[in-house]
Amino acid sequence: MDTSKDQSLLQLRSVRKVFARGTIDEVTALYGINLDIYPDDFVTIIGSNGAGKSTLLNIIAGVFPPEMGGKVIIGGEDVTDLSEYKHATYVGRVWQEPHVGTAGKLTIEENLSLALLRGRPRGLRPSLNKQHRELFRSALAPLGLGLEDRLNTLVGTLSGGQRQALALVMATISKPVLLLLDEHIATLDPRTAQIVLNLSDMIVQRERMTTIMVTHNMELALRYGNRLIMMHKGRIIVDIGQQDKQALTINDLVTAFEQAAGEQLTDESMLLSHR
Amino acid sequence: MLPATIQGILTSSLSDGLIYAFVAVGVFITFRVLAFPDLTVDGSFVTGGSIAAVMIVSGHNSFLATIAAIGGGLACGAVTGLLNTKLRITALLAGILMMVSLYSVNLRIMSGANIPLLRQITIFKSIANFFGTAKSVILVIGILAVLALIVFMILNWFLRTELGLALRASGDNEQMIRGLGSDTDKNTIIGCSLSNGMVALSGALVAQNQGFCDVNMGIGMIVMGLAAVIIGGALFHPRGVASMLLAALGGTFVYRLFITIALRLGLAPGDLKLITAVLVVIALCIPYIQKKARHEWMPPAVKF
Ligand SMILES: Nc1ncnc2c1ncn2[C@@H]1O[C@H](COP(=O)(O)OP(=O)(O)OP(=O)(O)O)[C@@H](O)[C@H]1O
Ligand SMILES: [Mg+2]
Repeated sequence: MDTSKDQSLLQLRSVRKVFARGTIDEVTALYGINLDIYPDDFVTIIGSNGAGKSTLLNIIAGVFPPEMGGKVIIGGEDVTDLSEYKHATYVGRVWQEPHVGTAGKLTIEENLSLALLRGRPRGLRPSLNKQHRELFRSALAPLGLGLEDRLNTLVGTLSGGQRQALALVMATISKPVLLLLDEHIATLDPRTAQIVLNLSDMIVQRERMTTIMVTHNMELALRYGNRLIMMHKGRIIVDIGQQDKQALTINDLVTAFEQAAGEQLTDESMLLSHR
Repeated sequence: MLPATIQGILTSSLSDGLIYAFVAVGVFITFRVLAFPDLTVDGSFVTGGSIAAVMIVSGHNSFLATIAAIGGGLACGAVTGLLNTKLRITALLAGILMMVSLYSVNLRIMSGANIPLLRQITIFKSIANFFGTAKSVILVIGILAVLALIVFMILNWFLRTELGLALRASGDNEQMIRGLGSDTDKNTIIGCSLSNGMVALSGALVAQNQGFCDVNMGIGMIVMGLAAVIIGGALFHPRGVASMLLAALGGTFVYRLFITIALRLGLAPGDLKLITAVLVVIALCIPYIQKKARHEWMPPAVKF
């Protein structure tokens, strides 16, 4: 334990989450999750609908706190009880729907300006200036979507794919230490999905960002990242690192699921779609 | 030269348009920028008027009294924002609660229902004295125009600052801006506060211009502000901060023009609320009728 590489960037300790406690709708979404994510990790998370993947990301992002006794530690700081906007200093996020990660009534440059100030106090300086615009152009150019020439366009008029690419740039432009991608290509057409996925990979490599990517696509989960986590009914049932992951196939995953969950996977697409 | 009646209609619409423009700008900040349907307005308008009236009657400088009125409005709005963000009361209900309770507060401030200001040195009279003239409609229009220009410039600057942009984002996509590290509670409180500060300024000016403050003078103010913002939006299709603010100003003028003409046509002042409501309905349904005529689809209106 000498280098910072071994120090975990994100620590979850006994993280539980119960929704609608005390009502007939009570659900336990997470059962005592313990997880360490390291600075070089690009973790892919798979798991069936309702497994608790989004809930886990919500807790990391501070949307709501875990149940009493749980702990969320990012970069050595205990952020368990900090509100969501304070988590933002560390955590960039892209949601499944493009409209969640961007503001449609504002322009591209206004959206990026908001993102640039992540985790910094917002005061009475002008929100946009020449240097900002230069920076935005150079951040948008690699997307190859021509957005760099449309800084003044309202985001609401962009296509879903363009918006999601912008959301990705917004999540990463101020270089938070942790990037959360929650099925962020699920609503895009195959071609755009591939573009946004390549972009994510490119940005993650370039900025060496610690990343957690949730997906329903087992191929993607195997192809990307250096670590794979499978969740089921609020628990982590598989956690595979780099070495083992390289040799892993979809069939192995299905078998691993059946063993760990103790259930027969009658129709694998029902639980872990190839989409 | 224009015929005297038309001139009269125009000057009175202009002076009323300018004096109520601050309400429109306030309503614009909450409804349009923050997407926070704030009904505090009917109360905070009178709070502004009554603070100014009480201070002027007790011998304070009218400028000081007007600034204090703005302060009172800022405080009212901040409370509405706090009720919504810290106690999780819905925006509509928080505004209604404030509107109702401010009625009592205003009666307390004025120690009664009405304060006459006819022989007092109001902000208009002291400026008229400064220039060695009597108070006239033209002078009032001049003073209000300067004031409106100042407010316009301040807001146009503020809404483009880092904080101002965060406020606008709060009204557009709260989830996103929180995820980018901006405290949306704070944004809501600042926005509501600013909005009601503007409204109270309007109340203080109206009281000083008409020569009295009455506890009921705020009734329907929110609908008037909305009418101005909606008419401005429908007529000018604004895009961007400056044009949206200008549309609110222009909307107030057009609205006042309708009202003045309606009065000249012989309608009673009591009819004005109905006319206002009808104007709002017309301005609101224009986009739908236009789309309908072009056989375009429009989603059903939201229920909440
Ligand atoms: N806000 C909420 N209120 C009540 N229950 C919730 C809430 N959010 C999630 N749940 C429940 O918690 C469980 C886990 O949900 P979660 O959204 O984390 O699943 P997921 O793994 O992201 O699923 P999916 O693949 O469908 O996105 C589900 O049973 C869900 O119904
Ligand atoms: Mg999910």
